[in-house]
Amino acid sequence: MLPTTSLNYDGTFNGLLTCIFTNYEEKLKITSINPPDIKNGDLFSESREVITDTSKAQRVWKAFKRYVSNKSLKAVYYAYLSENPGIELEILKYFQHTFQHKKCIHGDFANLNVLQISQTAKKVGREKHRMEAFVRFQLTKDNIYFATIEPDFNVLPLIKKHFTSRYSDQQWIIYDTRRKFGLYYDLQKTKVICIDFSEKKDVPAENKNFFGNTELEYQKLWQNYFKATTIKSRINTRLHNQHVPKRYWKYLIEKNSLSN
Amino acid sequence: MMFDRIKEKLEILADAAKYDVSCSSSGSKRSNKNKGLGNSDGMGICHSYTEDGRCVSLLKILLTNHCIFDCAYCVTRRSNDIQRAAFKVQEVVDLTINFYRRNYIEGLFLSSGIFKDPDFTMERLIQVAKKLRLEENFNGYIHLKSIPGTSDELMREAGLYADRLSVNIEIPTISGLKKLAPEKDHSDFIKPMEKVKNEIIQYKSEKKIIKSTPIYAPAGQSTQMIVGATGESDREVMLSANHYYKNYNMKRVYYSGYVPIRSDPRLPSMGSQVPLLRENRLYQTDWLMRFYGFKVEELLNQEFPNLDIEVDPKLSWALRNPQHFPIDINRAEKEILMRIPGVGLKSVSKILDARKYRKLNYGHLKAIGVAFNRARYFIICDSRGWESSDLDSGKIKSLILRNSVGKFRKEYTSQLSLF
Ligand code: SF4
Repeated sequence: MLPTTSLNYDGTFNGLLTCIFTNYEEKLKITSINPPDIKNGDLFSESREVITDTSKAQRVWKAFKRYVSNKSLKAVYYAYLSENPGIELEILKYFQHTFQHKKCIHGDFANLNVLQISQTAKKVGREKHRMEAFVRFQLTKDNIYFATIEPDFNVLPLIKKHFTSRYSDQQWIIYDTRRKFGLYYDLQKTKVICIDFSEKKDVPAENKNFFGNTELEYQKLWQNYFKATTIKSRINTRLHNQHVPKRYWKYLIEKNSLSN
Repeated sequence: MMFDRIKEKLEILADAAKYDVSCSSSGSKRSNKNKGLGNSDGMGICHSYTEDGRCVSLLKILLTNHCIFDCAYCVTRRSNDIQRAAFKVQEVVDLTINFYRRNYIEGLFLSSGIFKDPDFTMERLIQVAKKLRLEENFNGYIHLKSIPGTSDELMREAGLYADRLSVNIEIPTISGLKKLAPEKDHSDFIKPMEKVKNEIIQYKSEKKIIKSTPIYAPAGQSTQMIVGATGESDREVMLSANHYYKNYNMKRVYYSGYVPIRSDPRLPSMGSQVPLLRENRLYQTDWLMRFYGFKVEELLNQEFPNLDIEVDPKLSWALRNPQHFPIDINRAEKEILMRIPGVGLKSVSKILDARKYRKLNYGHLKAIGVAFNRARYFIICDSRGWESSDLDSGKIKSLILRNSVGKFRKEYTSQLSLF
């Protein structure tokens, strides 16, 4: 029996691709691929650190690209952003499948691996759309439109394009408080930033002093609008909660009562 | 900005606008040029949902709820004793921009009561749109109501700034309209519709020759019909909808279950239920017509003038037409697959993809997302047996109903008991 290996990588997409490269280069039998903080190696497999190598990553990606459609490329990248435990191994399997059949397997929904990648990608896509919809900017005294999010998946890289092309004449920041990085658009381009919010009062959303009076007035107007636009005789709470699951309410100014 | 005053107006004028069900912000394409504000990329975004489950995508308000008309079905009618208010043009512009910058909305949906006369009203609506486009460099979505009776020149101008224009036909039959809005003439509704249609056609043909032809209402026009106010049948509603789709190139027809707002011998009594389920069935029929290749006469005809409330219209059609089934999942063409109950457009395209790799069986179909409880009686695939080979339509229907937890189950058991 071949000895099995579990790989540890730095959590980046290129890192994952390097793992896949390593798998082929050294003909390994891999039982798990783990991002930092998660060590999944079992007693019987050898554990190894993989150093991200962009040129190796590029080579794998290029080879993969030769066979597959854009849908496949997107599905794999989206699935990776899910950060679901074990998704790396599924992605490896997906590559193996593709290389073995020498063709795009995206439509083979009766294959469990393909179905899982495509369903995971779909969930990530849904989260992306939700964030595009539910981000609520608040205008700070420094004239920056500021929003924090805490998405289920790492969708910040996916929503960058949408916000950059839509809000190109205002400065804005969208900060992922769970993953501790954000996007900052400075009227020229959108950059990745890290801010230290170690104290709660440093988080703008938690501290009204960051915002001017007009900001609160507009929030109130929006809350009022939202109330006025509901048709009472048609209230359908089940349908409503299905569209906006409770865990998203925290973003929505209109859902947070006027009292605070 | 005088926030208190604005707040009051907003409450009145949003409240009055909410009966217009359209909130779509899709179908337009405006990119953000020269670092302006906003874009519309074809797919509208729902930024929130009201407690009645409707998408909130646009700031939907009336410019004013003063009106010289007295249409029976409308809260804004002149004889109604309500608070009246009117926005200034600049106020609407400021609200739209400030909401948009905070990512609350995709744009503006501006309608109005008719003050003075149709042209005077329409001109104000156009002013708002023009300011947004030219002064604020705004590329978000703008939907303007075409005021019935507006002149052709103004309708031409409106389309230069708006993404979508709509006239609500409101009452599906001409006789119903006469009864409920005696001061209004059917042709007043048709005139702006006709003009917008012709402008769009002209734009499309000129665009081919002259690249710089100014864009005209890129998201087309839509209309809305109130159902359940005048005793019309589902067949009449859908024939009317079909007429507008065909003859005026409507992008969408909306159906709005009548919400009782007053007691009037011509209307359903106060406290009668909003026909939500009927409304839902009409939308399903609309989709079958537009995307699934069904003709109105197949779904609704003289013998069958009203939709079955208990089951969706596709299933209802299949039960009435058992001669078309079973359908072979692994062989049937796309158009045929689309006719299977419980198989939506997404499932159809997945089936077409997946069956290239292997023959599909029940397990595969479930994994793909087919509503198996409904579909199983109408298909054969790579699993043994055909579920309904010895069942008649009535049996199948009761089996499906027994095993389903319909979206509207609760609503319709209470609604059914009223019949
Ligand atoms: S003209 Fe329009 S706003 Fe005025 S009463 Fe009739 S439907 Fe209502």
